[in-house]
Amino acid sequence: MADLLDVRNLKIGATAYPPGEPPKDITIVHGVSFTLQKGKVLGLIGESGAGKSTIGLAALAYGRGGVRITGGEVRLDGEDILKLGGRGIRAIRGNRVCYVAQSAAAAFNPAHRLGDQVIEAAVRHGTLTRSEAWERAKFLFGVLGLPDPEGFGKRYPHQVSGGQLQRAMTAMALCPGPELIVFDEPTTALDVTTQIDVLAAIKRAIDETHTAALYITHDLAVVAQISDDIMVLRHGRMVEHGPVQQIIEAPQEDYTRELVSVGHIQKQEAARQDDALLRIERVDAAYSGHFKVLHDVAVHVPRGQTLAVVGESGSGKSTLARVITGLLPPSKGQVTFKGEALPPQFASRSKEQLRQIQMLYQMADTAMNPRQTVRDIIGRPLTFYFGLRGQEKTRRVSELLEQIEMGKGFIDRYPAELSGGQKQRVCIARALAAEPELILCDEPTSALDPLVAAGILKLLMRLQAETQLSYLFITHDIATVRAIADSIAVMYRGRVVRFGPKSQVLSPPFDDYTDLLLKSVPEMRLGWLEQVLASRRMESAGH
Amino acid sequence: MRWRAIPLSAWVGLIGLTAALLCALFAPWIAPYGEREVVGDIWLPMGGQFVLGTDNLGRDLLSRLIYGAQTTISVAMAATVLSFSLGVMLSFTAAVVGGWTDQGLSRLNDLMMAIPTLIFALIVLAVLPQELWILILVMAVLDSTRVFRLGRAVALDVTVMEFVEAARLRGEGRLWIIFREILPNTLSPLLAEFGLRFAFAVLFLSTLSFLGLGIQPPEADWGGIVKDNKDGIIFGVPAALIPGAAIAGLAVCVNLVVDWLLNRTASLKGGRGDG
Repeated sequence: MADLLDVRNLKIGATAYPPGEPPKDITIVHGVSFTLQKGKVLGLIGESGAGKSTIGLAALAYGRGGVRITGGEVRLDGEDILKLGGRGIRAIRGNRVCYVAQSAAAAFNPAHRLGDQVIEAAVRHGTLTRSEAWERAKFLFGVLGLPDPEGFGKRYPHQVSGGQLQRAMTAMALCPGPELIVFDEPTTALDVTTQIDVLAAIKRAIDETHTAALYITHDLAVVAQISDDIMVLRHGRMVEHGPVQQIIEAPQEDYTRELVSVGHIQKQEAARQDDALLRIERVDAAYSGHFKVLHDVAVHVPRGQTLAVVGESGSGKSTLARVITGLLPPSKGQVTFKGEALPPQFASRSKEQLRQIQMLYQMADTAMNPRQTVRDIIGRPLTFYFGLRGQEKTRRVSELLEQIEMGKGFIDRYPAELSGGQKQRVCIARALAAEPELILCDEPTSALDPLVAAGILKLLMRLQAETQLSYLFITHDIATVRAIADSIAVMYRGRVVRFGPKSQVLSPPFDDYTDLLLKSVPEMRLGWLEQVLASRRMESAGH
Repeated sequence: MRWRAIPLSAWVGLIGLTAALLCALFAPWIAPYGEREVVGDIWLPMGGQFVLGTDNLGRDLLSRLIYGAQTTISVAMAATVLSFSLGVMLSFTAAVVGGWTDQGLSRLNDLMMAIPTLIFALIVLAVLPQELWILILVMAVLDSTRVFRLGRAVALDVTVMEFVEAARLRGEGRLWIIFREILPNTLSPLLAEFGLRFAFAVLFLSTLSFLGLGIQPPEADWGGIVKDNKDGIIFGVPAALIPGAAIAGLAVCVNLVVDWLLNRTASLKGGRGDG
């Protein structure tokens, strides 16, 4: 069969503006080649900065934000689209090749109805008439499993959920009947329980419309469910390219092997879990007095161990952390630390009480003052809590930098000059500087690439083994929970639905929500998605 | 800092500002005649002994302009610095403390802004004794309402960021949060606004002097010189236009520099301050 898409020796460059130096040209993609046949799906996988989105957009002959395609060919049905002029490219974009962005919420215009946006491209290109396009949109809404396909197009973007919006965006891409769709991390921003529905919908839609697709993601387990082939990228170069089965079961390259085995950290669960350092006693909490977010939450963190709090977005996990820190005083119940009740407001807590509980944030970028150097960031708690100054402070900061495996060469850097993983490490050092007994970790690894995240988790576990730190670890990722937890609390709509030692929580009999959560986590094997969907159909047939 | 990276427009602005500042600082040495010295006939034309001619009382216009730069720039500068200190302190307090403090300060600010500035200034200055420090104070208080608005808006954006929350949870005091966490991250927009406000202060002072409530004669300031010579326009004497052009020129120069500062304003994500 002829190749639909034939990318040959693609080179992409951009201009970088390093602080304090003149601008220079850098190469983002170094000569990548691949082919894609009609109706097939190629998964592009790699960490951030690997160039996967850039390559995906090059299939539309587009370079985002100052990115230039500097060499190579992108042949669509034999025709090099990089050589087409503006008019020729416009005839292809949104018509023969479509794009599905990561954040559907940001990609839809909130002022227009979904249906009008879904059919716009097809109508503008003259592929379909308005009424034909509406019919096709309704058909696609049905295929994608959206509720009320007839009326769905009349809604506005804010009236539907994130998962539905992502499917509407897929419908938008499919509407003109394109030959190729580029999916750019379509499920990354979604909860696992939602992700599985969107994945299933995309897979079914691709099967039914025989469209070829480039599927970009950093999650190997996800791409394994959807793709026929996988291409692993790193630093703008191809690492490995092959059928899904070969990549998952017999990876050739070291880097691919690391990616495949990344989920395999396992922690031995602690035997005794009754020595509670932090105890949350029947806490209710509400925002602005009315909207109740936490209902009767009672959990405890054993000394020197990790409690993982897991649940989807909106389940109240982060609110629980805010109650513990004293940012949101509970409306009922109390928080006790080392057997003593903590004042509900952080402002009325003593310096000593504040020191003993530290916090790690999801976005390390915004958790550090961009105008302070690493020395200031880590050094401030040292001065503030222990009165360290001058030489002594510098020595301790260097020590902490050694402890987080970064070394003192970083001491005078600004946060903007650090990578994502390094930023989170500096945040860890800042927390350690206070010599706390408990660190609240609010999804500290969910914004990081899998390998970097695994490094952070290993660091946290090493620190726990060395210094008897306790963690309350908030996450939505079951793999992370398996890796680090001693005990687990599953939260759903502001309630703890399950709490206990890891082995107990993760073994049957399950309640409905935990069951759904555990089954929704993508597993790195072929046919997992079909199997889950089949078992769901069985269940619903049984009801 | 790279001199090459400064655009031409900014150079024009910088040179203009430097010249004005030099005039202000070294007026007694630069000016060919004294500030109040009557040296010739009234409204002599340009050229010859008097480069820019003489004014309505026969004083040398160039010397008046040079001395006027001193008064105009120093009063405008003092008023702007004062208004910024006041506005930034109050607005940051409002943003950091929030709640009733914020409501109180913000509504008071709205109240002040509801009264037209010029009319407010005229009434207050007409009632109070005519002294320089009162003039500066009135200008500063009126201008600080604008600074307050901007300061509160930029500070609110920073206050909600997690590093401020982290500082609060560490137990840091309010002053540390305002001066160490928030101020460095809002400096760029505030500096740019400072330049703009300075230009407005020059214009405002000139307006007041023109109306007779600003700098009192015989002391020279640019607005006052326009007022003194405005009758000459009827007879085709350009003496009033020259200080007017000086005011316009200074305002343009300051804005050129400000535009350049705005362009190189580093975003919050940026690293070093000079990036």
